Amino acid sequence: MDGRSLFDKILKIDRRWIFLLVGIAVVIPFFLPLGLPVVVTPPVQSLFDEVDRLPPNSQPLLMSIDYAPATLPELEPMSLAILRHAFERDVNVAVMTLHPAGYGLAERALLQAAEEYGMVYGEDYVFLGFQPGVSAVILSLGVNIRNVFPEDAYGTSLSQIPMMEGIRNFDDVPLAVTLAGWSAAEAWIYYAVEPYGQRVAAGVTAVMATDYYPYLGAGQLVGLLGGMRGAAEYEALIEHPDQGWRGMDSQSIIHMLIILLIVVGNVAYFVTGRKKKLVSQG
Amino acid sequence: MYADGERSIPSESIRWAVVVVVALAALLSCPAAVCAQEEGESTEGDTLAAVTYAPPTGLTSVDTPNDRGSAITLSWEASADETTGVITSYEIYRSTHPDTGFAYAGKVPPGITVYRDSGLENDIEYYHRVAAASAETTLFFSATVGPTTAFPQWFNSNRVNVLIGVIIFVSAIVYFVTSARAGKELFIRRLAGLDELDNAVGRATEMGKPILYITGLSGISDVATIAAINILGEVAKKTAEYNTRLIVPCADPIVMAVEQEVVREAYAEVGRPEGYNEDDVFYLTRSQFAYVAGVNGIMVRQRPATILYMGMFYAESLVLAETGSSVGSIQIAGTDAVTQLPFFITSCDYTLIGEELYAASAYLSREPVLLGGLKGQDTVKFIVGVLLIVGFIVATLAATNVIPADFMAPLYVTG
Amino acid sequence: MRRQIPLMLCFIAGVFTAVQYFIPHPAIQDFQERFLAWLMTLLAFAFLLGTVSLIRLHWHKIRNKADDRGYSFVALAGLLVMIGFGFFHPAHHSPGSPFNTLFQNVQVPIEATMFSLLAFYIASAAFRAFRARTMEATLLLVAATIVMLGRVPLGELIHEQIPIATRWILEVPNMASKRGIMIGVGLGMMATALKIVLGIERAWMGGGD
Repeated sequence: MDGRSLFDKILKIDRRWIFLLVGIAVVIPFFLPLGLPVVVTPPVQSLFDEVDRLPPNSQPLLMSIDYAPATLPELEPMSLAILRHAFERDVNVAVMTLHPAGYGLAERALLQAAEEYGMVYGEDYVFLGFQPGVSAVILSLGVNIRNVFPEDAYGTSLSQIPMMEGIRNFDDVPLAVTLAGWSAAEAWIYYAVEPYGQRVAAGVTAVMATDYYPYLGAGQLVGLLGGMRGAAEYEALIEHPDQGWRGMDSQSIIHMLIILLIVVGNVAYFVTGRKKKLVSQG
Repeated sequence: MYADGERSIPSESIRWAVVVVVALAALLSCPAAVCAQEEGESTEGDTLAAVTYAPPTGLTSVDTPNDRGSAITLSWEASADETTGVITSYEIYRSTHPDTGFAYAGKVPPGITVYRDSGLENDIEYYHRVAAASAETTLFFSATVGPTTAFPQWFNSNRVNVLIGVIIFVSAIVYFVTSARAGKELFIRRLAGLDELDNAVGRATEMGKPILYITGLSGISDVATIAAINILGEVAKKTAEYNTRLIVPCADPIVMAVEQEVVREAYAEVGRPEGYNEDDVFYLTRSQFAYVAGVNGIMVRQRPATILYMGMFYAESLVLAETGSSVGSIQIAGTDAVTQLPFFITSCDYTLIGEELYAASAYLSREPVLLGGLKGQDTVKFIVGVLLIVGFIVATLAATNVIPADFMAPLYVTG
Repeated sequence: MRRQIPLMLCFIAGVFTAVQYFIPHPAIQDFQERFLAWLMTLLAFAFLLGTVSLIRLHWHKIRNKADDRGYSFVALAGLLVMIGFGFFHPAHHSPGSPFNTLFQNVQVPIEATMFSLLAFYIASAAFRAFRARTMEATLLLVAATIVMLGRVPLGELIHEQIPIATRWILEVPNMASKRGIMIGVGLGMMATALKIVLGIERAWMGGGD
């Protein structure tokens, strides 16, 4: 009899077979889309309602697009969805970033959404650019935006940008949204929510989302998007399905695969464990 | 028609001419409804008058509390017509005189009934009025309020609770540090991950392979990085003693500079300054996954016997730990990044959870002063725990109406 | 003296930052704003420090003909190309510039690809290490399964209670445990910060006492 049973072989399987299974699971929905409906959860609905309440052509929504290229697939769908929502309602948007690699990504998302809705730079949206020093930047924004961004990212003085007229500091910003794959949301809570009472919402990667439920529960965040699922929910709310919604198919299959792997791994573990016990007792 | 038959100006035309002249006269006599309008009154003689809307009422102005001065906070009750959607904004006007010289100060959208008028001069009397603006840009003014002066405060009374907490905390730390200095014995429990450091270094020495020490992706201002650097100092002393290679790739240039100093000093302290290799403590990149790629490459090429992950980590933690596992290294992790703890616990042999990382410097050095700080921290945690239980009991009793709902209200200070 | 001056500066800056939190008066806040402006400037210089270190490291490897010097050539070439386009190209600010094109078409896909490795590693870690060895581990696995199903549309199709159970797990036990850990970590951070300000903790200066 072969000393290595099937379950032994399963336990010792080369991890590259697992990698291959994952690759196949991700790719299948590209060719066979499932089109599953997405149910909206309260944290996402809360952020949607906040943006929906913003007055058109008035005080701007401040978006801090703080993600790096690594987390782009998870967070760019969120930024596009929120920008589309704002532009659909003619809400002015000011975009900035606290991450050096976020400059190109923030600009990319902003210009894409602005072009879709025919928005005019300086009147409907402005790109403030990047400044180093996370905590110092946020604290200074609460005193005077012009202390941090005297000009926009292209060198135009803020006093020459129509939509920034009368926008002094957080008093004139009804809502700030930070999208980041690092602890930017915590920095916004510490340095904007607590000292200035600024209303802040966050979009973070799925793995980080669980960390922010305490802040949501305490009212320190007014909304939370978690991972691609959060983006998909927001896209459902604005009725503009895009990358987030499309990614849900692959995510569904991957989750099922991981559950299957855990079950198989545990079954194999217990069966081989029991066999060893019987052998040693025998 | 005149009686002699000459054509006269028809009476109808005269009537229309009179109407036009009167209308023009009315318009020219009052070019802006702004100047003449009082609360609740419409402009007189306005035969082409627009619809009037209710102005805001109950306007109050106070010096903005707990601020640096130069600001007055206004609040008012919304216009009765706001709910119909005809009010497009509230405009704020200020003057240093009660009747004249009002200048535009700012505006807020409907639904907002508070405005902080900033950029003022301190100790000057200001008067304010707020107007509800309609879509036709007609303004309907509230009564004037004032005089109010702005002045700075020396203490933010909203933060009294924080001050009390800080005083309690600092007192506890100082008490225990003082006790420790006086020679009092302080017990702290065993931390398995730190006890294994000796074994981990020994393993690397026996196998003739290096130790890889990763201090995370955060900067020097992060407390987790400071804690990681403390442990690095102890590890560097051991590697210096055993002549084992220590590789430290850094993701932050300032952290790299500090770590180079720490490792150099550690080698000098055990009498082996020549063993220190500056090229082994080097800056890799700030970019998260470029750092991961670089470190994974080091793991696969160098095949370290021991890998230590200490500090702040983000999504890269599992990629690093799985690669380390695949090359057969013994792995010890310590992080306060709660999100990443499950990945380290799964993939590493030992994990320091949260504050255990901060306790490391006290644990490894056994310095009384550091141990005292740790005890002080634990005491405050105990006090917080007691307060949480008391608060929970009171909140439950209040929610079930056993005690009044605002029983604890005097203790709440909202910032 | 070499160690006393940094300790003194640390103490003064630490105490001032703590005190200014409670004092809104411009006599203190004006200084705080200037302090923040200096901080932003200093942090920008940290980029320079990193670049110099990177160039030194790879130049040493190339000069000493180290085994993996090929990677050093690539690293330095990439650095010089991006610096060249970023500083010296006339249209370096505009979206269609060579700098931006390289960033969007090289760096972004590379970093996104590296991040996507997580999916593969999670699957392999789940298979290899997620074992129901104890009661707590079993409970963990059950909760993980519910949350994994609840966070995808497929879970809603399997049973309508799965998303509800997921939300309860996230909003009750998860929140409670996170709050507990956050309080502990917060106190630990405060204690360490206090020790640094008081000069008890000196690791940040490098070396021992």
